[in-house]
Amino acid sequence: MAHDTAHHESNTGRIWKVFILLSVVTIVEVILGIIKPAFLVETTLISMKLLNWIFIILTIYKAYYITWAFMHMEGETKGLRRSVVWTGVFLICYLVFILLTEGDYVFEVFKNGYVSWDF
Amino acid sequence: METTVTKTGTEDKIWGGGNQPLKVSYGKMMMWFFILSDALTFSGFLASYGFSRFKFIDSWPIADEVFNHFPFLHGVDAPMYYVALMTFILIFSSVTMVLAVDAGHRMQQKKVIFYMFLTIIGGAIFVGSQAWEWKNFIKGEYGAVETKGGQILQFVDGEGHRVGLKDIAIVDTHKDRAQHERKNGIWFKKEATLPTYTIEEIRNGFEKRKDLLIRTQTLTEKGQKTILSRTESLKRMQADAIGIVEGANLTHNEYGTPLFANFFFFITGFHGFHVFSGVVINIIIFINVILGTYERRKNYEMVEKVGLYWHFVDLVWVFVFTFFYLV
Repeated sequence: MAHDTAHHESNTGRIWKVFILLSVVTIVEVILGIIKPAFLVETTLISMKLLNWIFIILTIYKAYYITWAFMHMEGETKGLRRSVVWTGVFLICYLVFILLTEGDYVFEVFKNGYVSWDF
Repeated sequence: METTVTKTGTEDKIWGGGNQPLKVSYGKMMMWFFILSDALTFSGFLASYGFSRFKFIDSWPIADEVFNHFPFLHGVDAPMYYVALMTFILIFSSVTMVLAVDAGHRMQQKKVIFYMFLTIIGGAIFVGSQAWEWKNFIKGEYGAVETKGGQILQFVDGEGHRVGLKDIAIVDTHKDRAQHERKNGIWFKKEATLPTYTIEEIRNGFEKRKDLLIRTQTLTEKGQKTILSRTESLKRMQADAIGIVEGANLTHNEYGTPLFANFFFFITGFHGFHVFSGVVINIIIFINVILGTYERRKNYEMVEKVGLYWHFVDLVWVFVFTFFYLV
């Protein structure tokens, strides 16, 4: 595609920048995972540890860069971008929401119900 | 140069088939929608993993204790170092792939060959590392005792360090329990491999060593496993323990609930299969690049399409890494 060859002239600089960014984020994740700072573990936000929220946000941040820079989503048309990204994000959020709510409910049943399972 | 397909002479006619919807070639658009559907498959797996984890939120195995091996460092507690290294290898192979695509846009065949070669090597190292992780997980480390209700009891000494079954068991030399094989008795019946020790040997050893305590699956407020007192430990060993578990498979798991093992095998296995097929597809395209197919086509779009798939594999791993090893 003609327009691609034009603005692909020197993309290597950006590729290496994104690589460094992804590496730094991964290193931060691993360090946090190993030392597990007490205040992040003890603080909870919407029934989840703050540390876990940080991991999830950093993961989405990495996913954004992989999709936009490496898979070159930023260069695609708005229509393609939205039909792929919005569909995925919407369905995944929906599925995760219902399954986690249900999982939490089952946990409550196990905990408070008259079922003995630890024997 | 529009597509890899020969021109049909209908390029300017909107309804003639030469028009590209969303300004992207057929192959690339289909790769995107394949990736979307595959992403939904993976998120289905990961969400059901989340479901099971929420269901056992107070007794899920701690990943740092499960995946703490590093090659050539035996007996060293190295939580997550190896999997972090694997993540780097995969991200780096993604970088070399995007460099190959970039070189392809500028029609530099030599560079495409070089970068695709690095990508294939990275992918192969990753699959190998995954196999090694599986091996460690299947083999297990300390071993544990399973109760009637399928709960896992692990052993610790006074300081809270884990103790393996081999240090506890008092081996009964008069043991006459032999594995039933097909050649003995009825030909169509055989039994699974017997565990190294019997539950009686472990029970006797546990009673002898006064410093030993039992660690249950239940997590404390601080996110550590509960350690029982000596009396409680003895009671559980006498009343509930029925068998020993070494390592993990789909029905027993020395690290905790078997669901953890099931999801680990299924999700990392499915991802590993994607990496494997990605490597195979990369090799095919790599050969084509060497043969000069894309030079003759004057277009390296095929490299871009496999690149999309390869980045997707990396993208999935980013999520698997977070939800299996970090969270």
